[in-house]
Amino acid sequence: MSKALTHLERLEAEAIHIIREVVAETEKPVMLYSVGKDSAVMLHLARKAFYPSPPPFPLLHVDTTWKFQEMYKLRDRMAKESGMELLVYHNPEAQEKGINPFDHGPLHTDMWKTEGLKQALDKWGFDAAFGGARRDEEKSRAKERIFSFRTASHGWDPKNQRPELWNLYNSKKNKGESIRVFPISNWTELDVWQYIHLNDIPIVPLYFAAKRPTVERDGLLLMVDDERFPLQPGEVPVERSIRFRTLGCYPLTGAVESEAKTLPEVIQETLLTTTSERQGRAIDKDAGGAGMEKKKQEGYF
Amino acid sequence: MSDTTTKDSQPVYVVDELIAKDIDAYLEQHQHKTMLRFITCGSVDDGKSTLIGRLLYDSKMIFEDQLAALESDSKKVGTQGQEIDFALLVDGLAAEREQGITIDVAYRFFSTEKRKFIVADCPGHEQYTRNMFTGASTADLAVILIDARKGVLVQTRRHSYLCHLIGIKNIVLAVNKMDLVDYSQEVFDRIVADYGEFARSIGIESFVPMPISGFKGDNITGLSPNTPWYAGPTLVDHLETVEVDTAIDAAKPLRMPVQWVNRPNLDFRGFSGLIATGSVKPGDAVRVLPSGKTSTVTRIVTLDGDLDEAVAGQSVTVCFADEIDCSRGDVISVADTPPQAADQFEATIVWMNDQPLHVGRAYWLKLGTQTVSVTVQEPKYTVNVNTMEHLAAKTLELNEIGVAEISTDKPIVFEPYAESRTLGGFILIDKMTNATVAAGMLHFSLRRAQNVHWQALDISREAHARMKNQKPAVLWFTGLSGSGKSTIANLVEKKLHRMNRHTFLLDGDNVRHGLNKDLGFTEADRIENIRRVGEVAKLMTDAGLIVITAFISPFRAEREMVRSMLPEGEFFEVFIDTPLSVAEERDVKGLYKKARAGDLKNFTGIDSPYEAPASPEIRIDTTRTTPEQAATLIVDTLLGDI
Repeated sequence: MSKALTHLERLEAEAIHIIREVVAETEKPVMLYSVGKDSAVMLHLARKAFYPSPPPFPLLHVDTTWKFQEMYKLRDRMAKESGMELLVYHNPEAQEKGINPFDHGPLHTDMWKTEGLKQALDKWGFDAAFGGARRDEEKSRAKERIFSFRTASHGWDPKNQRPELWNLYNSKKNKGESIRVFPISNWTELDVWQYIHLNDIPIVPLYFAAKRPTVERDGLLLMVDDERFPLQPGEVPVERSIRFRTLGCYPLTGAVESEAKTLPEVIQETLLTTTSERQGRAIDKDAGGAGMEKKKQEGYF
Repeated sequence: MSDTTTKDSQPVYVVDELIAKDIDAYLEQHQHKTMLRFITCGSVDDGKSTLIGRLLYDSKMIFEDQLAALESDSKKVGTQGQEIDFALLVDGLAAEREQGITIDVAYRFFSTEKRKFIVADCPGHEQYTRNMFTGASTADLAVILIDARKGVLVQTRRHSYLCHLIGIKNIVLAVNKMDLVDYSQEVFDRIVADYGEFARSIGIESFVPMPISGFKGDNITGLSPNTPWYAGPTLVDHLETVEVDTAIDAAKPLRMPVQWVNRPNLDFRGFSGLIATGSVKPGDAVRVLPSGKTSTVTRIVTLDGDLDEAVAGQSVTVCFADEIDCSRGDVISVADTPPQAADQFEATIVWMNDQPLHVGRAYWLKLGTQTVSVTVQEPKYTVNVNTMEHLAAKTLELNEIGVAEISTDKPIVFEPYAESRTLGGFILIDKMTNATVAAGMLHFSLRRAQNVHWQALDISREAHARMKNQKPAVLWFTGLSGSGKSTIANLVEKKLHRMNRHTFLLDGDNVRHGLNKDLGFTEADRIENIRRVGEVAKLMTDAGLIVITAFISPFRAEREMVRSMLPEGEFFEVFIDTPLSVAEERDVKGLYKKARAGDLKNFTGIDSPYEAPASPEIRIDTTRTTPEQAATLIVDTLLGDI
């Protein structure tokens, strides 16, 4: 009779169903767009969900001003292609104080991203925000619901999550609450890559290997993306063939040495690698084993 | 890597070689994988988390940095001495790591050459029945773990019952820790026989038993030399080949709940949804429920081009040949065998909230894309999940499972749960807290809603009202005992009477002595009291009267329920706002004194809550207004145009 759906077809259908439920049941949704590969997939799914209409919500980029230049380029291009409004938010306090990853350490992420996100959601009054987080990324995410509620102060209470049965999502909110929605919760890193491959989804070129100026610091291979990168005495950028497995603020994101120039090669390398994806990011290590759980309680996405 | 725990297994089922040699071929293979969602259940010590950790480990889903962290954590907080404690991989929340138990459902992912798997790791304790039920709701298969040393336990029975209840057809009985019983076939056979007897008694038709050791890896990916008497399959073999529900769903008649109407411009109108069962092609005759209107499918639209066919499990947008009404909540069905619509059902309900069920109170029910108001009757019985006995019950408490009749405020399109998880499974949402308080499964409708015709009345409610030359209304007074409700309500009625209005006053005393004399003062009885008063008030407005009611009516939900019974604009909530201290000082009937002394239970304001109205039509502050002034204010403000 009918063909059995492949795992990617089932995951796609689930994500589209989730995105449509949010649009049907919430008042003012927004899609958090970080320009990474997960965001790219999520945006593509949103376009599929509503075609031939454009997705009926804006994209929101909570910017830190420290992203890679290539990310800003792709961001603007994708907003244009999708016909969606792009909102960019900068935390004015962080901007005024000149908060940056070189001088301020964890405060940089806290102010630009965590605080910035809260401010942006409050400013526009969004009651639901799509995020591209996946359950396979980290242990506390494995237990987070697809519809994840936040208090008026954006806190997450892992012990008090609503049960989520079948594909029935309860989007009824109490006053001041908002919902973070994760349509690709059940995708793995490999699923994301494969979906990008099959659907030819544009991603930031930094995911592919190329010769780039780098310095090595604290075990991380950092790319000198612009002239704001303060070189230490004696430090000279070295051209290396590198690529990124995950993209964030360029001074906080470690590259890997690689020759993978095509998507299949990147996937090949991903599958044969022996370290987990987030290892290149400093953020998970801040508070020991429960780092992400704690960050989320404080309002991190 | 430590090899103390892996020497007996043959792990590698991610084809490393193919990845390295020909990535395109590998991707091609991976692209055609199907997906299986399953749950593992068992009590805390049956080795669930260890088994999942093992599956992740053997399918190389654990990276070196995670493994290093795992090894150091195992030594710090592990329960396996110096060996790797796989359970630490899956117990994600801080509280779980500290207590060594699984509190919430965690989802894990791994894949083999043939399939991708999503595992819901569910807690075993009875107090987490709701979590297990949640994990089971999306599963195609259940792995029920039994500790070979202990055999079939109370938990085994409970978990099997829950899996069966939620409709999981594929059950694997994994007799675990075989290494600790010397891989004895006798032990295994005895457990399988015990379980078989129990399984048949609750209606489980078949299950697949296998002897395993999650810790040592026996019969997980390869047949173990330690159990030569067992011919297979291995756990992973079975998981890779068992037929999944979506394939079965595709063979049923078409059902697609409409999520969203896609209307970018006047030339395009499409209906978006996830196909629950069946399949659809352009040219198919379809029927939209509940209206029953028919049309023909013209296109199945996607971003990647139109489709020739779409099947159960796909999210699509379909267009019709005719401009028929169709919106969110409707169900698109094959034209010749549509589902029914009904408003009264028998259902099994699993209660998931600390606040018990309030019989008679209105909740939201969400089923597919339909959300309606619903009330639940007193359960016919609850099920003791350990013994399967039926018990008499007045309500449902957290983690209790019961069978009850429910009534929705308008007909919903449904199918029995056994035929469709989508059109038979529902959640209940508390209207005040917005929490998901229960999950349920519809079994059958108690009557067909389409057969219920209201007795068509020749004299309409409008005609009744016209003759009395007034607009019907309910002035619903609420406030603490002794707040002045009855006093002011009486004054209001007198005023209206002088204005030649046709009125009737319902108050606690005249109703409690007759219509509601069978009711006491428990929370459930108070809800029923208000429900009946609401119904009577509604009949009186049908007769054209202006009804004044004076009841404490402490719960917002019940007042909202009455509001929803009446046509828009006919319900006026009158909040007689008197502070507790003032009401208690007045204590006209001496009731506060008794309540304080403990002689009167469930007294509002003392040991039972009063939920003040959030936005009443009018609020009377009795500390600043005399009863006469209040009555004038109420009549002028609310009934000025009547």
